Amino acid sequence: MGVYLPSVELIARVQRGEPAAIGRLISRAESGMAEARDALARIHKLAGRAHVVGMTGVPGSGKSTLVSQLAQRLRAGGDKLGIIAIDPSSPYSGGSILGDRIRMSDLSADPGVYIRSMATHGATGGMARAALEAVDILDAAGFGVIILETVGVGQDEVEIVRASHTTVVVSAPGLGDEVQAIKAGLLEIADIHVVSKCDRGDANRTLTDLKQMLTLGIHEQAPSDWAVPVIGTSSVSGEGLDELLGAIARHRDLASDTDAGRARRKSIAEFRLRKTAENLLYDRFNAATAAASAKLAEQLMRRESDPYSLAEELLSTTLEGEGDHERDVHSKSA
Amino acid sequence: MSQPIRVLLAKVGLDGHDRGVKIVARALRDAGMDVIYTGLHRSPEEVVTAAVQEDVDVLGVSLLSGVQMTVFPKIFDLLRTNGADDMIVVAGGVMPDEDVVNLKKMGVSEVLLQDTPPQLIIDTLTCLVEERGAR
Amino acid sequence: MNETFTQNPLEKLRGEIEHWESNEVAAFLSKQAERKEQFFTTGDFPVQRVYTAADIAETPLEDIGLPGRYPFTRGPYPTMYRSRVWTMRQIAGFGTGEDTNKRFKYLISQGQTGLSTDFDMPTLMGYDSDHPMSDGEVGREGVAVDTLADMEALYEGIDLENISVSMTINPSAWILLAMYVALAEKRGLDLNRLSGTIQADILKEYMAQKEFIYPIAPSVRIVRDCISFCGRNMKRYNPINISGYHISEAGASPLQEAAFTMANLIVYVEEVLKTGMNVDEFAPRLAFFYVSQADLFEEVAKFRALRRCYARIMKERFGAKNPESMRLRFHCQTAAATLTKPQYRINIVRTAFQALAAVLGGCQSLHTNGYDEAFAIPTEDAMRLALRTQQVIAEETNVTNVIDPVGGSYYLESLTNEFEKRIFEILDYVDENGGAIKLIEEGWFQKQIADFAYETALRKQSGEKPVIGVNTMVEEDENQEIETHPYDYSTADRQIARTKRVRAERDNARVETLLEELVSVAKDETRNIMPVTIELVREGATMGDIVEKLKPVWGTYRETPVF
Ligand code: B12
Ligand SMILES: Nc1nc2c(ncn2[C@@H]2O[C@H](COP(=O)(O)OP(=O)(O)OP(=O)(O)O)[C@@H](O)[C@H]2O)c(=O)[nH]1
Ligand SMILES: [Mg+2]
Repeated sequence: MGVYLPSVELIARVQRGEPAAIGRLISRAESGMAEARDALARIHKLAGRAHVVGMTGVPGSGKSTLVSQLAQRLRAGGDKLGIIAIDPSSPYSGGSILGDRIRMSDLSADPGVYIRSMATHGATGGMARAALEAVDILDAAGFGVIILETVGVGQDEVEIVRASHTTVVVSAPGLGDEVQAIKAGLLEIADIHVVSKCDRGDANRTLTDLKQMLTLGIHEQAPSDWAVPVIGTSSVSGEGLDELLGAIARHRDLASDTDAGRARRKSIAEFRLRKTAENLLYDRFNAATAAASAKLAEQLMRRESDPYSLAEELLSTTLEGEGDHERDVHSKSA
Repeated sequence: MSQPIRVLLAKVGLDGHDRGVKIVARALRDAGMDVIYTGLHRSPEEVVTAAVQEDVDVLGVSLLSGVQMTVFPKIFDLLRTNGADDMIVVAGGVMPDEDVVNLKKMGVSEVLLQDTPPQLIIDTLTCLVEERGAR
Repeated sequence: MNETFTQNPLEKLRGEIEHWESNEVAAFLSKQAERKEQFFTTGDFPVQRVYTAADIAETPLEDIGLPGRYPFTRGPYPTMYRSRVWTMRQIAGFGTGEDTNKRFKYLISQGQTGLSTDFDMPTLMGYDSDHPMSDGEVGREGVAVDTLADMEALYEGIDLENISVSMTINPSAWILLAMYVALAEKRGLDLNRLSGTIQADILKEYMAQKEFIYPIAPSVRIVRDCISFCGRNMKRYNPINISGYHISEAGASPLQEAAFTMANLIVYVEEVLKTGMNVDEFAPRLAFFYVSQADLFEEVAKFRALRRCYARIMKERFGAKNPESMRLRFHCQTAAATLTKPQYRINIVRTAFQALAAVLGGCQSLHTNGYDEAFAIPTEDAMRLALRTQQVIAEETNVTNVIDPVGGSYYLESLTNEFEKRIFEILDYVDENGGAIKLIEEGWFQKQIADFAYETALRKQSGEKPVIGVNTMVEEDENQEIETHPYDYSTADRQIARTKRVRAERDNARVETLLEELVSVAKDETRNIMPVTIELVREGATMGDIVEKLKPVWGTYRETPVF
């Protein structure tokens, strides 16, 4: 790409589906630079056509393998497909080895599939900060289906529901106490449950356990006439994959024209709004309080004041100090 | 807090020597970088596709099989056709000195061979990315 | 319980050691501390200041035993190098069959006593030379073999009934074995007089060397077929070389190297037993391959402990009756990954010490690396010098006159015991966690290897692990000039020309029929894949024809890397 290209100039190229431009704009979104904000705003307007499928489940449950298999089938049907694969950052170094892509290497020669790996960089909820911007960018670039694979933390992954039109929860046999894993907040969020690795003998038990558990709970925002299916799949034999694709398609059609579907879309929008505001607040707070918090910490350490009062004080410095705090890599080095 | 450096580590062709590349991956992660590893037996096309989609700062190719003079010209061609010629390309593994000279002429920024201490690899990549500046 | 040491002398000895520690040792330490607080072997076993009879007082004398007798700690044969020294087996492979054939003949003329063949990456991975994946790789890292015609050229003029031939080949091993059989039959040789080996140890490929084609289950089935075919038809041939070498070179510790081979052994034996064969029908032909590293005593202890573990496993776990099923025989290679580019002549010295460890450890055959190891595949000159190194040990040092000459050293016996204990601990872990195949699928072995490899890299970086010429005794402005093996860019054309000729001249309909037969054999677990493969290669099928035909049947393997 050579010289620094302003982000807005990337838009047209993103719309033409140029991989380098898509990649670059996602990087700009990830960096959170102010320079990219206009471009991302325009991209958001251009987006809105793609069906976003969230894929979550405990680590090693077979999400990436499943995504790869689904993708090959979707491609055979002509859909252009975007995949955003999120892996955790190391809590020690902040770095990461992003491994999902390897499981998807059967797709790697296909220009109709765009895979982007992202690290959490401290974000919670199994998501990465710019994951939703990345969805918009791929959407605007004409990818009709976008699959979001979250971190397999098995806890607190509910954010995926607020980001995807259809949420698939993957469980696998042989990963310890299966029901336990499902209990970790994942049971209720699924629009579709998958039990992967059905080529293994112990998969049946997982299937039965899961179905039993499901009869106890009710999905919070499913369309009322949606009965959450439980589908056994195997990426070894290919079993269940077409069924899963069928279920995803049915869920998409059903949600497009129902109250429940509209409610889901609204809650996605609201989540997006709040999340974005939260991120802004977080950045501003951090930037504005860096100096003050060190000073106030001294007072706390000496017990000259209490945590609540000092925290209030810290907050007030932030809110007063409103201004342009965003990082702007561009202006620094252009 | 700036974005971590993104690196794609690739093994191209039939080469299965992965001891070194795995050490590099781990060292870079432990230095705070985001590392994507292609896995073994990839073609230049697959590697470049991945590097472009991932928009990595650095494409690092590990080769111990001697095919560097076949592989790198393909990689650079593909980077150009993809409009990604600002990507930093580095190489490591086992290569003869005269190939190293030619690879550098071709556009490889740095070639780090046997017994390069991991810290030196970290420092080299960090330096290359800093020199490149924003993008 | 033990006749050598009665209670009293032993107690007396322990008392003396204590006294010595608090007097002589303490006096010295008060003046100058030792170089380190704790010393370790390369594989991280802590070692004592000195070993005495007290350290092996618990060791039953039968555990040490005698050469050629259970548990074979001291050697697989009763006379060892006194009858015949190890086979000197320098590996060779580059270019086409003709090119490597010349090297073979040169090495034989220099006194080499066995052959060992390195193949190029396409052959190792089952691609024909004209497959797109082979671009740039034909004949580069070894010799290219696509068809029987290549193999004919490779061993042309070599007396296969009188020299043993080893082939470093794994996922595609069965095809090369088939070619070897077809070649021998064509020459009218007696299959039962052929000696040599294919490596064919597929499990360590998933763990370490990373040459794989098919998923684990069908790959293990191929190994099973090779073992049972050879057990019935090639009495002197080793159908497998269970290898620690690659595990070690991928970064494992000596203990991991040793233990992981035993874990793999167990899988192979169990698989063959399932076919209904008796363990004594095939176990005598199981062979092994290990590295020999720089830590001389640790290596010798490793080899000795391995022989003892193997004997116990075969006898106790598998109920072998024939002592030949219990004696571990191994090929050895010095440690390539210890060799350096800077001051590369030091590699000759390193290799000599490592070779000595192999000999003191009782290897059956040996490859010594060339001084140019860190540069490219070896030149004739480097191989001759490496061969001479072996010849010096064999002819000039007299270490060959006495069997297991370091046996009985308190240190060595203690370390041997320690190795044995820890090998069985690892095997227990493997058993408790579902066996070697499951742990390969879960990446357990790979993780152990990667961890030790990373640790080693950090220790070299910090200088904790000295490497002369690299992190200590560095020569600034060193002249690294060296003549290296050149790659002949005409190789691919020459090679592909022959493959095309074979394809043009063969009976394609016949090959097609046989390929369909191959598929049905592949689908039927109970049948042996060797006979139809032999038929195929005889009819001019290429390696690629056979390998590609089975990919849709069995699928391919893609690894999940662990870091
Ligand atoms: C260990 C080793 C093996 C092991 C590999 C285990 C594994 N999983 O990695 C085993 C025994 C399996 C093996 C097998 C073979 N090997 Co080998 N092997 C070596 C050896 C001795 C050391 C390589 C090594 O791992 N070093 C230690 C690591 C840490 O160093 P490294 O890989 O160089 O990595 C460092 C740097 O290079 C750098 N680096 C590496 N990658 C990258 C990437 C980037 C982006 C950066 C910045 C840096 C970087 O950082 C690392 C840390 O310092 C070399 C010779 C040598 N001394 O170099 C031969 C060598 C590479 N092998 C060779 C050959 C021929 C083979 C075989 C083809 C033999 C055969 N015919 O059967 C097979 C092929 C296996 C396969 N699947 O590809 C040849 C290659 C010849 C050539 N290039 O011209 C060599 C040079 C030996 C020789 N002289 O013949 N081998
Ligand atoms: N037998 C079998 N194994 C499978 C199947 N799907 C995935 N696996 C294996 O399960 C392991 C984990 O698969 P991944 O796809 O990486 O799982 P994941 O959920 O994406 O893992 P994380 O991203 O690390 O949380 C791999 O070893 C796969 O080969 C399947 O259908 N059958
Ligand atoms: Mg995954």
